Amino acid sequence: MTFSTFLTFVFAGLQDGAIYATVAIALVLIFKATTLINFAQGELAMLGAFFVYILSVEQGWPVWPAIFAAMLLSAGLGAAVERTLVRPFDPTDHLPVVLITLGLFLFVNALAGDIWNYQLRPFPVIFDRFPDWMPGIGGDRFIEIGGARLFYDTIGVWFTLGCMLLFLNVLLTRTQVGLAFRAVSSNVESARLAGVNTGRTLGFGWALAAAFGALGATLVAPSLGGIQPNLMVAILIYALAGAALGGLDSLGGAVMGGLIVGLIQSVVVSWFFVTVLEQRWMSVLQLGFAFAVILGVLVFRPSGLFGTRIIERV
Amino acid sequence: MSDTILNVSDLHASYGPLSVLRGLNFEVNEGQVVVILGANGAGKTTTLRSICQMCDTEGSITLRGTDISSKGTADIIRLGVGHVPQGRGTFAELSVIDNLLIGSYTRSDDGVQADIDRWFEMFPILAERRDQLAGSLSGGEQQMLAVARALMSRPELLLLDEPSLGLAPIIVEQLFETLQRLNKEDGLTMLLVEQNANLALSMADHGYVIESGLIALEGSAQALMTDPAVQAAYLGA
Repeated sequence: MTFSTFLTFVFAGLQDGAIYATVAIALVLIFKATTLINFAQGELAMLGAFFVYILSVEQGWPVWPAIFAAMLLSAGLGAAVERTLVRPFDPTDHLPVVLITLGLFLFVNALAGDIWNYQLRPFPVIFDRFPDWMPGIGGDRFIEIGGARLFYDTIGVWFTLGCMLLFLNVLLTRTQVGLAFRAVSSNVESARLAGVNTGRTLGFGWALAAAFGALGATLVAPSLGGIQPNLMVAILIYALAGAALGGLDSLGGAVMGGLIVGLIQSVVVSWFFVTVLEQRWMSVLQLGFAFAVILGVLVFRPSGLFGTRIIERV
Repeated sequence: MSDTILNVSDLHASYGPLSVLRGLNFEVNEGQVVVILGANGAGKTTTLRSICQMCDTEGSITLRGTDISSKGTADIIRLGVGHVPQGRGTFAELSVIDNLLIGSYTRSDDGVQADIDRWFEMFPILAERRDQLAGSLSGGEQQMLAVARALMSRPELLLLDEPSLGLAPIIVEQLFETLQRLNKEDGLTMLLVEQNANLALSMADHGYVIESGLIALEGSAQALMTDPAVQAAYLGA
């Protein structure tokens, strides 16, 4: 393999990885606060992408206002799910809530299938060409680095992830609600004793996670050539693998984990196996790899690469 | 006569089907330190948790005459109760300064920084460790942080749940000296749950002894200290 081919796989892997990271952050936000995996995260995100579809394709909105509106709608939906389906249950008993999120997964998927059927629908291209004001590259689709094409689409996804992380960092460390969210994530009882309204704070976490999930799904759709209700099923598994690899309670870990999963999928699975085996095995191997990561992490290093190991000090 | 800050009458409390308190009556007057003694499982911690509505309760709990037994925990904190839970309850993944800031969550005045400075002055070790994660602090430092965090809401009544638990004697002594100072100098009212009866009674004005969910004995701290039953059960005399 030439270096330029290798680099092409690296770019593609880090683009996928950035998307996994976006969804992994949504999973980790909720896990940190509740030690729960929201299995419906991907499907809520898929709904968010359909909001973008409705607003931009059907209603003719420009793409970014449509995305922001869809993120707000998703946030409202996330908060509503928390309020109606999660909060009424005892937070220390995980099984009912996990079953609820699984049920929600199936329900939302089937509902979307009923409304939009499973055909691929057109989705707006978000990062098409470098904007015209960029000297030398304005209007191009890619730049060449080391003989490999680095597409504007890829840079756009990275840029979006970067903005998102910056926003999240400011929100969690510089605002009152962010501080409350970290406090609730750290110790629910003590947060209540400090006067924090824990229910509302968790609702905020669900809203935030849903908005980020919607953004992730919106970035997925163009690279798959359109949108359909099964858009996020495999992505959720990849994001989960990334989150587990990074450590389920670490936001930085979720980003690193997502990127690593994307990178390895692309470089190792796509390149190695495709050159050795046949093309048709690729998607099976990618999914299998993700499951192997989840299993391997759970068995050998449950706290992941960056997660906190549980240490009790008396 | 001093005013009653907290009045608890016929308090029943339970965790699901498990009933722990079976009709408690007690009160705490302004400026007092009141101690609740009792064996493990007698219901001391539950008594404090009931005041903050952290478990299911029946009966009346009034704070300065306002019934708080049907209010949410956050509202009760807003009304002026500070709670240092058993096991300290610091936010391990948050820095010391963030722990204090979350303590001021219910406040909207601009005196927060001045209060932080004040508690840093009272607990200089916390100032040194202001950017460290609370989880990396020693037990004694965490207990100081827990107290400072509770004080950040400017409570009128501070509930302390076994602050001496698991701490070295010298640290316990320092901590209780500080608590006594807060009581004497700031007039902070405290309701203290302790296993260390000697220490607790030595700084308290009044005390109650709980046995299986009921008040078995009450009296001035001095009277309790000389009571033969208390001596036998809690003072190791």
